Amino acid sequence: MSTAELLSTQEYKYGFVTDIESDMIPRGLTEDTIRLIVEKKNEPEWMLEFRLKAFRHWLTMTEPKHWPNITYPDIDYQNIIYYSAPKQKATKASLDEVDPELLRTFEKLGIPLTEQKQLAGVAVDAVFDSVSVATTYKEKLKKHGVIFCSFTEAIRDYPELVKKYLGSVVPTNDNFFAALNSAVFSDGSFCFIPKGVRCPMELSTYFRINNSESGQFERTLIVAEEGSYVSYLEGCTAPKFDRNQLHAAVVELVALDDAQIKYSTVQNWYAGDEQGVGGIYNFVTKRGKCAGKNSKISWTQVETGSAITWKYPSCILQGDNSIGEFYSVALTNHAQQADTGTKMIHLGKNTRSTIISKGIAAGRSNNSYRGLVKVMPKAEGARNYTQCDSMLIGSSCGANTFPYIEVMNHSSSVEHEASTSKISEEQLFYLQQRGISQEDAVSLIINGFCKDVFLQLPMEFAVEATRLLGLKLEGSVG
Amino acid sequence: MLEIRNLHAAINGNEILKGINLTVKKGEIHAIMGPNGSGKSTLAKVLAGHPQYEVTAGEVIYEGKNLLELAPDERAREGVFMAFQYPIEIPGVSNAQFLRLAYNEKRKHLGEEELDPLEFKDLLKERAKVVEMDASFMTRSVNEGFSGGEKKRNEILQMAVLEPKLAVLDETDSGLDIDALRVVAGGVNQLLTPDNAIIVVTHYQRLLNYIVPDYVHVLAGGRIAREGGKELALELESKGYDWITNPNVAGSANLNAAS
Ligand SMILES: Nc1ncnc2c1ncn2[C@@H]1O[C@H](COP(=O)(O)OP(=O)(O)OP(=O)(O)O)[C@@H](O)[C@H]1O
Ligand SMILES: [Mg+2]
Repeated sequence: MSTAELLSTQEYKYGFVTDIESDMIPRGLTEDTIRLIVEKKNEPEWMLEFRLKAFRHWLTMTEPKHWPNITYPDIDYQNIIYYSAPKQKATKASLDEVDPELLRTFEKLGIPLTEQKQLAGVAVDAVFDSVSVATTYKEKLKKHGVIFCSFTEAIRDYPELVKKYLGSVVPTNDNFFAALNSAVFSDGSFCFIPKGVRCPMELSTYFRINNSESGQFERTLIVAEEGSYVSYLEGCTAPKFDRNQLHAAVVELVALDDAQIKYSTVQNWYAGDEQGVGGIYNFVTKRGKCAGKNSKISWTQVETGSAITWKYPSCILQGDNSIGEFYSVALTNHAQQADTGTKMIHLGKNTRSTIISKGIAAGRSNNSYRGLVKVMPKAEGARNYTQCDSMLIGSSCGANTFPYIEVMNHSSSVEHEASTSKISEEQLFYLQQRGISQEDAVSLIINGFCKDVFLQLPMEFAVEATRLLGLKLEGSVG
Repeated sequence: MLEIRNLHAAINGNEILKGINLTVKKGEIHAIMGPNGSGKSTLAKVLAGHPQYEVTAGEVIYEGKNLLELAPDERAREGVFMAFQYPIEIPGVSNAQFLRLAYNEKRKHLGEEELDPLEFKDLLKERAKVVEMDASFMTRSVNEGFSGGEKKRNEILQMAVLEPKLAVLDETDSGLDIDALRVVAGGVNQLLTPDNAIIVVTHYQRLLNYIVPDYVHVLAGGRIAREGGKELALELESKGYDWITNPNVAGSANLNAAS
């Protein structure tokens, strides 16, 4: 018996499809498609302009297929449905008007939305395919001056705020997928925490892709004004389909003076089957700007799903003394591929960044960390600490680390540590000798390996993440 | 409780155990001694079910069951415990978390209710007294950064928590200072009941002053070369192993005695 080959034959329990009538637009992407989306969503002229500008730029861009350590067949962008919404009343006065089928779907996913059952202490924006279907605790939050609503509502109700910040961190021409998202994004969440407010509850968005033919292009914008604090959680699942689906999201965070944003993700999109058929292509641009002095942005991600993960949640440390953090666990199994990491761009004085990345590769999967630490000339006294650890399970998987370091200021310090390990047979035997099954032993070792990241997650999310890693590695055989 | 019959075992095709016979009854303490490389740890690991060792012949009956058919974790849940000669580090997993998981596995196996972290904390506190182990070790990662002696003490803490029926202690004394030896040996004695049994592997008579064996077995060349009572350990201490392993020396010694 050897440690080799861990299989996650565990059924993906979120793989069901909701039978609901959808309002879909025809496949394909042209300027007319964008006009149609704008029309469907009743958006103002400035949004049409924003989108068209992005689209025109996108046409001139090429897909980043070469530098990431991933391979996939060409995506036919004309064969995707760019807007798919469950048919329901356009504006919902209350949650009671949401289609019961949708409420049932989210309940099944562990996200009850109705008043009586709402999760305590967490406000949820539930996004189904292209639209937000419900947002809980909206009123309660409003009392504190916190705005938490769907992007569609934000454009309608808070146009000045959206205009001011949309695209301010991730410009429409930032990269191929961000440009595509800017052109066609259909919904998402908007959070605004006013000056001096500590958001009284966790805010979260739950993304669900249901339609097999549609892509999901959502947008999240979080603005934390001076001295405010917010913790935001993101979760995602999708049904099991045997064709690949594109998910190209953009997340922008803005932290002003002394503000703090903590952004946590547990990503569990459908990963495809053991042979690598189906699964989500997760091409996501996430970036936060520490615009003000003493501001802080922390990204914590637990990436377990998707056929392909391509994402680099980053921080632009503009304000003096600002802090950027990236804590990541990326687990790949079977034929999954992940190329993920972060960028820490130090602009301001005494800016600090910490990167802790834990990559776990099993099966035939491929797991790469790619990170950039850039210290600009004016970033006196900037400091970075990076630690990248990889763990290999079995001998058919691969793990890579691609650290890029560019330092243009000599008073700064950049530290990088990396390690690659395997679960040793001796560790497994030791745990088994104490009566712990091999599967639980693997799970325990993996959780230990990820501990520094899990510690950063809010309690409920940490429990969920631990459970998820256990599930993903269930069926592990020696 | 345990009956080992003609046990042969190999690693990487090298036969290390070449026909071991050993019977252990409830309430007994057995000491296994023998030169470096004679196969003492091999025997312990084979009993615990280490995957790298291949049993090529013989059988092991434990509590009426064929022990060799059970997976290592099943053996453990059935009450077989091995204190490692070289305990393993598990980074990021706290001692308390690890011990609770192990303890609850055993409870589940016995059809008993699992303990929650708070209940377990109380139990752990009690058991830690057996080996006088400081509470600060419970929140540290399993064996990580522990000194050699601390690791050994931690093994006996695990034994105290899991209360095995058959404990095989592989050189638990090596690495312990004189005071620690007394404490740990005292802990082991506290854990001995009329219903369980202990096999101690050691090189030194000193340990056997504290944990007094009913039988001493000397392993040499993969076989039990000599057996006796606790006096045998004293004899070994003064004469060394040559006396047993080198037939010529042994022969001449006997001749001398006879003449
Ligand atoms: N992987 C291996 N390949 C070949 N030989 C091995 C392997 N592992 C152990 N051995 C050999 O098996 C023999 C028995 O080793 P074992 O650890 O059981 O000895 P021991 O009696 O416990 O010794 P010590 O008193 O030094 O602890 C040794 O000669 C050792 O070199
Ligand atoms: Mg040994």
